Amino acid sequence: MSAVSENEITGLIDEIKANQDEIKQVVREPLVDNNPITLQVLGICSALAVTSQLSTTLTMCVALTAVTAFSSASISLIRNHIPSSIRIIVQMTIIASLVIVVDQILKAFAYDIAKSLSVFVGLIITNCIVMGRAEAYAMKNPPVMSFFDGVGNGLGYSLILVIVAVIRELLGSGKLLGYTILPTVQDGGWYVPNGLLLLPPSAFFIIGLMIWCFRTWKPEQLEQADFKIMPAHSSEGGH
Amino acid sequence: MSKKDTPMNSSQNSGSGYKQKLDALLGKIRSLPNDSLEKTIAVAVGVSLFCAVFVSLSAVALRPLQVANKKLDIDKNIVTVAGLISESEAGEADLVRKALTSIETRIVDLETGEFTDAIDVNAFDARKAAGDPELGMEIPRQDDVAHIKRRAKYAKVYLVKGDGKDKLDALILPVSGYGLWSTMYGFLALEADGETVRGINFYDQAETPGLGGEVVNPKWRAIWKGKKIFNKQGEPVLGLIKGNVDPSKPGSEYQVDGLAGATLTSQGVSNLIKYWLGESGFGPFLEKFKQSKPKTLEGAA
Repeated sequence: MSAVSENEITGLIDEIKANQDEIKQVVREPLVDNNPITLQVLGICSALAVTSQLSTTLTMCVALTAVTAFSSASISLIRNHIPSSIRIIVQMTIIASLVIVVDQILKAFAYDIAKSLSVFVGLIITNCIVMGRAEAYAMKNPPVMSFFDGVGNGLGYSLILVIVAVIRELLGSGKLLGYTILPTVQDGGWYVPNGLLLLPPSAFFIIGLMIWCFRTWKPEQLEQADFKIMPAHSSEGGH
Repeated sequence: MSKKDTPMNSSQNSGSGYKQKLDALLGKIRSLPNDSLEKTIAVAVGVSLFCAVFVSLSAVALRPLQVANKKLDIDKNIVTVAGLISESEAGEADLVRKALTSIETRIVDLETGEFTDAIDVNAFDARKAAGDPELGMEIPRQDDVAHIKRRAKYAKVYLVKGDGKDKLDALILPVSGYGLWSTMYGFLALEADGETVRGINFYDQAETPGLGGEVVNPKWRAIWKGKKIFNKQGEPVLGLIKGNVDPSKPGSEYQVDGLAGATLTSQGVSNLIKYWLGESGFGPFLEKFKQSKPKTLEGAA
């Protein structure tokens, strides 16, 4: 039995080596060029909810990356046998099981963080990124590539969330990971914290500004307008 | 079909006919067309079965750690609500354990309001007992202001010893009540006079994070300290109001700021105070407690 698993592991390593360039591509692309949050605008709900503190954000990022990677890999493993009529529910079952396991692990090893994340770990199930990658990539690609695609998209999500969380925690409460960086006036310092940044809407503004920056930096990310506003004088035809 | 799909152990020739039959069956299922009814059912059953086993195994394996975490969290709540250690120190398990040594746990018979030794303190779990036909009871509809339907006939209370001598310093009562989404379980710490609030905390609740979930916010909980529970007629009137309390107005000692954007959770908290400190909750116990005016632990006992 051990010989079989050893063979499998070396086979897996060979496969990774053979596809190195492609793997680099699928991991790197979602970071900036095809970021799930700033380009695809997916997974916004949790980006608003868990970014008021960097520590919860980091936990959430790790959890989401793990779930996306493993669910993509396992869905890809059985992709040739999933009947199309029940494919969504099969994907959901796999994703939901992984999320429950992640939640159980957090409750066992990081109880306080699990408590502060409360329902949001469970809500990874409904995070559009996980399901989006399963449907768009894992159903058509082999397991190893799907795994790395999941990792890449998880990292793309994490990148944006960490930036948002750093801005929110630093300017909202003058701390980072609980350590005081800017001593606030309440604690006898000089920094007047911006309370708005602790409220969920602030994440909306920050993400909006980031999308603006990304699209100015990379104009190819701009979307074509669905409608063009007509000049006023050309409407002479009346009703 | 990839290489993985061929039976892995065929070379080892395990020899059991059962295994071969299983392999044959799996092979047959694999070769079915994907959209056939048989395949659909087989895949659905297979995936569900696998996921169920996976989830149950992880839940069972991690249960002991989770139970230990939960207990530590409750202990943490008890010692912080009594002000024995500060919120920032609560992360350290050693400090929590040390602070726990100055707390004595007793069982109270809620009906008579007296301490009882009939129940083993360590084995008693109020949440389990509430559902038990012997130890629990249904709360009459008109009395059930906290909407908890059932409660245990007994309750675990915590007596906090003061410095050095056996002086009674504070009294911690377990409370619970329904908010918007969940039953909130927590502790209310009273000063030794049995009337003044020392602190409140909730260790188990699932209210909306950011709105009702703010019941655990240390800043909000801090404003409870020093509030009075009973009016002159001895009724529990402490409750949450809409907006902020004006400390200059009469009666402000019976009022706590409501939680912004969480009317139903705020009502839930008011209701649980009303229930647990009223006649059908700890009322009889507190009555006796105040009469005996215990200055020492022996007096309370």
